[in-house]
Amino acid sequence: MNKIFRNRRTMLYIPGNNPAMIQQGGVYGADSILLDLEDAVALNQKDAARILVRNMIKVTDFYDAEVCVRVNHLSTPFGLADLEEIVPLQPSAIRYPKTESPEEVADLLTIIEKIEDRHGLPHNKMTLHAMIETAMGVQNVFNIASKFARVDAITIGGQDLTADMNIIYTSDGAGIDFARKRIVMAAKASHIDVIDTVFPDVNDEEGLRRETEYARKIGFTGKAVINPRQIDVIHEVFTPTEEEIRKAYRIVKEFRINSAAGIGVFAIDGKMIDAPIVARAEYLLRLANVTVV
Amino acid sequence: MKPKIAAQSGTFESSDVIVLIEPLPDNSGRKIEVSSTVMQQFGSSFNQIVVDMLDQFEMTDIHLIAKDKGALEPTIKARLETAIKRSLDLQEGTLK
Repeated sequence: MNKIFRNRRTMLYIPGNNPAMIQQGGVYGADSILLDLEDAVALNQKDAARILVRNMIKVTDFYDAEVCVRVNHLSTPFGLADLEEIVPLQPSAIRYPKTESPEEVADLLTIIEKIEDRHGLPHNKMTLHAMIETAMGVQNVFNIASKFARVDAITIGGQDLTADMNIIYTSDGAGIDFARKRIVMAAKASHIDVIDTVFPDVNDEEGLRRETEYARKIGFTGKAVINPRQIDVIHEVFTPTEEEIRKAYRIVKEFRINSAAGIGVFAIDGKMIDAPIVARAEYLLRLANVTVV
Repeated sequence: MKPKIAAQSGTFESSDVIVLIEPLPDNSGRKIEVSSTVMQQFGSSFNQIVVDMLDQFEMTDIHLIAKDKGALEPTIKARLETAIKRSLDLQEGTLK
């Protein structure tokens, strides 16, 4: 797989059977657009959504956003038909719901690759996002995240996970905190992105900010979005501040100067700078799209 | 091909179009009724999209009603395709 660095601070869910929302999807500035064929579509409208998403992907300008499609699970009567329609279009990624095991991912990839072969398409362009939404998925998440080159992001689905755990989703996220951290660690160990669940109350901006700050603090790359109003808050939280950027820039610049002089560890303002700090600074500059000159 | 059953797709929402199809008796040809909030500007192209879509599926003996609320071309085509397939009872991968 050709790994492309992407900012995935926000992933905006758009119901796959809503033409108005799809055609406007690119204007809100989300890093990723997620056209949803699964939970956002009524069971008797799956055919309509599939055809609409197929037509809209072909002609709609989503600007710089990554375009993903969430298909239905293969255990439903809709999953295979979704793949047959969407895989030939090669969106940036397919998002697969309720992923529970690496065997399931392997089966899914076999089907995707057969469809790609039929259409003369490569196997290394479109990626896969595995959604972890069940207790079993949480238990198996490292193997799901680490075994497949095409899986370049994992996500947590908070609502489905709490339902699977027979607990109530609370605003403090207590019930899914272990799952959040386990999923983050699996993603970090696999060097892939990890996206937090949606914040369901679109009127609670402060709650959204608090939850997003927590998600960033524990290692998430970004957060799913159910309303465009939530995008700015999440971008603010996930975008490095000017102070952070200036500090990171100085670290990387000093590192290069010191490295050229054969010095591995050095100090800035009395604080030791070594490889992990440089790596974090480089990552932050990539997030901010800043090049050190 | 002839519609087997009456079928519908789309909604009355803005940027969408609702399409209704019903079968007509043999050798009736096509009866098409199109209305749109943007009929003056785009009526002729809308009609052409409908005819092209019916040609593509070789549909005959069909009564088609389309009420448009400013849908873009890919949406119009999607709703027409959905309604035609439903009228032919070709609803794969969905609940009826």
